[in-house]
Amino acid sequence: MRILKFLLVKEFKQIFRNKAILVVIMVMPVIQLIILPLATNFEVKNIALAVVDNDHSDYSRALISKITSSGYFRLSGYCNSYNEALVLVEQDKSDLILQIPPHFESVLLRENSERLFIAVNAINGVKAGLGSGYINEIIQQYNQQLRSKLQVPGKFNLGPTIQIQSSNWYNPNLNYQLFMVPGIMALLVTIVGGFLSALNIVKEKEAGTIEQINVSPVKKYHFVLGKLIPFWILGNVVFTLGLLVAFCIYGIVPLGSLITLYTFVMVYLLAILGFGLLISTFCDTQQQAMLIMFFFIMIFILMGGLFTSIDSMPDWAKMAAKFNPVSYFIAVMRMVIIKGSGLYDIRGHLLTVLGFAIVLNAGAIVNYRKTF
Amino acid sequence: MHSVIVSHLTKIYGKEKKVAVDDVSFSVDKGEIFGLIGADGAGKTTIFRVLTTLLLPDGGSASVGGLDVVKDFEQIRQTIGYMPGKFSLYQDLTVEENLSFFATLFGTTVAENYELIKDIYVQIAPFKNRRAGKLSGGMKQKLALCCALIHKPNVLFLDEPTTGVDPVSRKEFWEMLKRLKEQDITILLSTTYMDEANLCDRIALIQEGKILSIDTPANIIKSYPDVLFAVKATNMHQLLQQLLRYPERLSSYAFGEFAHFSFKGTPDTDGLVTYLEQHGLKEVMVKTADITIEDSFIKLLG
Repeated sequence: MRILKFLLVKEFKQIFRNKAILVVIMVMPVIQLIILPLATNFEVKNIALAVVDNDHSDYSRALISKITSSGYFRLSGYCNSYNEALVLVEQDKSDLILQIPPHFESVLLRENSERLFIAVNAINGVKAGLGSGYINEIIQQYNQQLRSKLQVPGKFNLGPTIQIQSSNWYNPNLNYQLFMVPGIMALLVTIVGGFLSALNIVKEKEAGTIEQINVSPVKKYHFVLGKLIPFWILGNVVFTLGLLVAFCIYGIVPLGSLITLYTFVMVYLLAILGFGLLISTFCDTQQQAMLIMFFFIMIFILMGGLFTSIDSMPDWAKMAAKFNPVSYFIAVMRMVIIKGSGLYDIRGHLLTVLGFAIVLNAGAIVNYRKTF
Repeated sequence: MHSVIVSHLTKIYGKEKKVAVDDVSFSVDKGEIFGLIGADGAGKTTIFRVLTTLLLPDGGSASVGGLDVVKDFEQIRQTIGYMPGKFSLYQDLTVEENLSFFATLFGTTVAENYELIKDIYVQIAPFKNRRAGKLSGGMKQKLALCCALIHKPNVLFLDEPTTGVDPVSRKEFWEMLKRLKEQDITILLSTTYMDEANLCDRIALIQEGKILSIDTPANIIKSYPDVLFAVKATNMHQLLQQLLRYPERLSSYAFGEFAHFSFKGTPDTDGLVTYLEQHGLKEVMVKTADITIEDSFIKLLG
């Protein structure tokens, strides 16, 4: 224990002396939490719309103004022909073309039906899908309005209609930040826990200082604990900092208890530190460790459900996500912070991550014995 | 009493089965300065790493202070000091912090063993608050020596302690080693500098993992079998060329400002001078050379 204390003192001295690491630990959470949730917004807005109005009637104008006032569309061109509008799409000035046929108003009134034509630039699939979805919905609404206006009150209905009322649970205002902030906090804890611990151990190898430690009475477990404990503490500090930033900037207060959150974070840090340790046993230089960690963290994050939902991934990717500790962390963060889940609700996640912690650390220690 | 015993030690590296240490045996007495002399890649560092319990041998055995390097590695680590060839202290800790860190790891304090390192430490004491990474080469070596000594080891392993150190610091370093020897500390060191070989009590000449010769420097020089001559002329390059073609040549090589030369049969210096002058060399001078360790080494490499 005495030796461990000296190792920890040394470790903290080195960490606090390395300005770059301090900046990473203290400033990165704040900056990332401020920038990322605001920038990574998946709502598609400002879709450039080109209109080919061959009717120039009250009805067509009302439709266009309804579309543009929705906030999702921006009128980028008012063209005389479809070909003219297509040029705008080719120049990337428009994403979507709405063609209103001649005599739109009169045909609609006379025959009770008329057709509109929509063409979408589908290079960006998400934008195309959402854009045509939005415009369809707006036209539907417009259609409803027309019907109710044209129907003579008192007359019986033309047919049964279904009205849908939806209510949003857990995030009633569909606040995008409430969704992103917990995920980004998971990301920060992962980077500090995994990256820094792996780099730190490899640094000792690279500088040769590990030789000096190895010829001293310091035992392997002393050395490993001396590396894990500081970054375990730092991981908790970064997480706390993240919670504070989430509260101060976004006003996010976890609905669930802090005890539940910290219990999970503490176990999760053990797992991700074990992962960093395992990587460090394979590497001889910080450069190698950096590249390998970068590779894994990229995959962990992109396939961890931070940006895209795991449920909509193909089956093989869903299987892979089961082996991704980050996906459990992101899920738990959202469950506890947004939904208010308790320890009992996250027990499956907690036990799985505990399993990761045991397997990764055991693997690291076994491999550690081999390499030295 | 033997402090270090190495018997039939063998170490093979990697898949290509490169033999780094090949059936090496030697022993070092207590309080002796023992030098491993050899070119880069001769296997010196590998021997050190086996003796300091950092590497497992593939064959043979070794003991330090009566303890086996494989079985009793934990006890050995309490009693040895190791200074690797590459500076490997914490560059981001200060001189003082490095020293007290290593002292505490061995369960001692700087004050307790200060007597042992005093002579060395006073030279770096003015920089005790400077980070180790910011020290000059010689200062780094002194600090590394202090850190290796701070727990009062019985055996000190120094892997190329003076490589890359200026001549003045090298001289100081050796004076320190002499003082440590007086404290009955066994010192095992390696070097590529032949002049340092003379300062050791005994030396082992190593080439490609094999020991060529083990003896005191004086005995190694004494056992040199041939008469060696130093030859000088105005054009060194041409001189070496002509010496190579001389029919009576046994060996010849450049040695500082001279060329060292030995004859196959009875030495005939006049004949050599005449031969060289006939081949256009000027100011030819031949004299008997003082044999050095380097000459012995070159001879052994044959």
